[in-house]
Amino acid sequence: MLHTSDLTYTYRRGEPLRFPDLHCAAGEQWLLLGQSGTGKTTLLHLLGGLRSPQRGSVEVAGVALGSLSRARLDHFRGQKIGIIFQTPHFVRALSVGENLALTQRLAGLPVDRNRIRELLDHLNIAHKLHSKTDRLSAGEQQRVAIARALINKPAVLLADEPTSALDDHNCERVIELIERQASEEGATLLVVTHDNRLKDQFEHHIYLEA
Amino acid sequence: MNLFTLSWKNIWHKPFNALLSLSLLALGVGLIALLLLLNRQIQAQFERNLAGIDLVIGAKGSPLQLILSSMYHIDAPTGNISIEEARPFLNPRHPLIETAIPLSLGDSHRGYRIVGTTPGFLELYALQVAEGRLWEKPMEVVAGRAVAEALGLKVGSRFRSSHGFVEDENLVHEDAQAFEVVGILEPSGSVADQLLLCDAQSVWLVHDHEEEATAAEEEHAHGPDEQHHGHEAEPNARPDQPSGRMALLAHPEQDITALLIRFKGRSYQALNMQRAINENTNMQAATPAIEINRLYNILGGWLDALQILAYVIIGVSALSVFVSLYSSLRERRYELAIMRVGGATPRTLFLLIVMEGLLLAVLGWLLGIALSHLAMEVIAGRMEADYRYSFSGLVFLPQEWWLLGAALGIGLLAAVIPAIRASQTDISETLAEG
Repeated sequence: MLHTSDLTYTYRRGEPLRFPDLHCAAGEQWLLLGQSGTGKTTLLHLLGGLRSPQRGSVEVAGVALGSLSRARLDHFRGQKIGIIFQTPHFVRALSVGENLALTQRLAGLPVDRNRIRELLDHLNIAHKLHSKTDRLSAGEQQRVAIARALINKPAVLLADEPTSALDDHNCERVIELIERQASEEGATLLVVTHDNRLKDQFEHHIYLEA
Repeated sequence: MNLFTLSWKNIWHKPFNALLSLSLLALGVGLIALLLLLNRQIQAQFERNLAGIDLVIGAKGSPLQLILSSMYHIDAPTGNISIEEARPFLNPRHPLIETAIPLSLGDSHRGYRIVGTTPGFLELYALQVAEGRLWEKPMEVVAGRAVAEALGLKVGSRFRSSHGFVEDENLVHEDAQAFEVVGILEPSGSVADQLLLCDAQSVWLVHDHEEEATAAEEEHAHGPDEQHHGHEAEPNARPDQPSGRMALLAHPEQDITALLIRFKGRSYQALNMQRAINENTNMQAATPAIEINRLYNILGGWLDALQILAYVIIGVSALSVFVSLYSSLRERRYELAIMRVGGATPRTLFLLIVMEGLLLAVLGWLLGIALSHLAMEVIAGRMEADYRYSFSGLVFLPQEWWLLGAALGIGLLAAVIPAIRASQTDISETLAEG
């Protein structure tokens, strides 16, 4: 479902970052561990098609991202890849429900109010449907971000340091939530983190070396 | 949740920024629209009331004042001229003059002017009697439609005139005979709608009576004097031509205020006549077209200045739209990036920002047009109160649609640079920051 080969990215005036090859099968849940500066976020962005590698390829759901035009790539990402960022950001002028509806529209899908309500229900924030996102607590925002990443039933769910700001208790709850949702939606999950607390929660591990 | 709704919500997410841009735009558009409306309605009023009049003869003074008072009924007359002096121009066999309509001004009823004239006045403005009939003897009056409606006058209504043109109870001619409304005119859209028409004798009667009343205080038992008698007898003496210009010629000692002249054709002699009158008589002659042009020129300077001001305001509003869109980009960079992650193409973001600029432009235009018509309605109310002129806030011009085009152009212009910037958002770098 998610494969990379020979992936290399070089920042201007920087050392080239070489990444180990990934082979994640459909429905698998992977943890990618690495210390700061090992290019974790860069790798996640390469996997999500937010950045193009100088060398190597990324294949998501059978499609090589490098083979898509820019507009097609945007579309593909909207439909097939869900990303949870370290800090959740939303369209501030819109409510929780509207943000999710916008995510459906931007991916070229029809707005499905039942799906939105159902997903928020699962994440225990259905009562925030009409709230503006800046009125939510950090935990609630994190859950809305999870809902947004999953709303279009992506093939692959990527999460960038989803727990770094959380205490042990919340860390466990959030990661469980992500794992449970990913498996319910049938998405292949890859969590990128430096947080060693998550080690025991995942069966599949990859380590990034500096 | 489409782009339109999203841009609408984005605009109102920062209501103060939106309000600033909107009010500036509305002010600029509104001012220009108001100037257009005023210009058009003033011109229409002036032109409709030109009524083919080539020359106005009256007492010496400001020619513009003479034109304004005797054709537009918005200023005090320059004075009176005697019928004796005006006699040559009242001659129906005058070789150059097709029509000469005498006017006697000086009285009003509740702010509406009473004009002593001849039936030729109705032909001049193509007026039709809608109800009742034309005046046949002194103290009979035919009311313009607007006067009749405003004062509730009907055929058979009676009133006493008052001296001067302002509504003042102390100036009512209490001792004089009352006027009787015998007819109401069809609405014509001209100044005649605002007038009360009667024969010249009526105006004299009211005033002679006044003089007589003062005289009567000393010689009380005298009764009506001979002159008065004469007037009363006059119409009966000439039933065939009750109030034509010939009737005036029988009273060379009386005064009229002005003569409206229509020439038989534009000839060299006709043009010379004006100069001859101005140089050789105690009267003055003025050409309406020239005086009105002079008035336009005076007004034109002001209108131009206001128009420049309006363009400056619109320029500032464009800047305000630009600044509010551009500065919002910094705050919105994460959400723009997030939209890209969710599948938005650079084109989508470009369109979103352009849409916000255009939406502001359309809203500003709508507000401005509403504002200008509201202002026009207020001005119309005051014009009506001050000058008895009908303006309207409900007249719309095709130019107002052009203004929409201009507003859209400004919205687009102000939005295009921010929109390009938005479309160039680097998702990865932005999101790696925070």
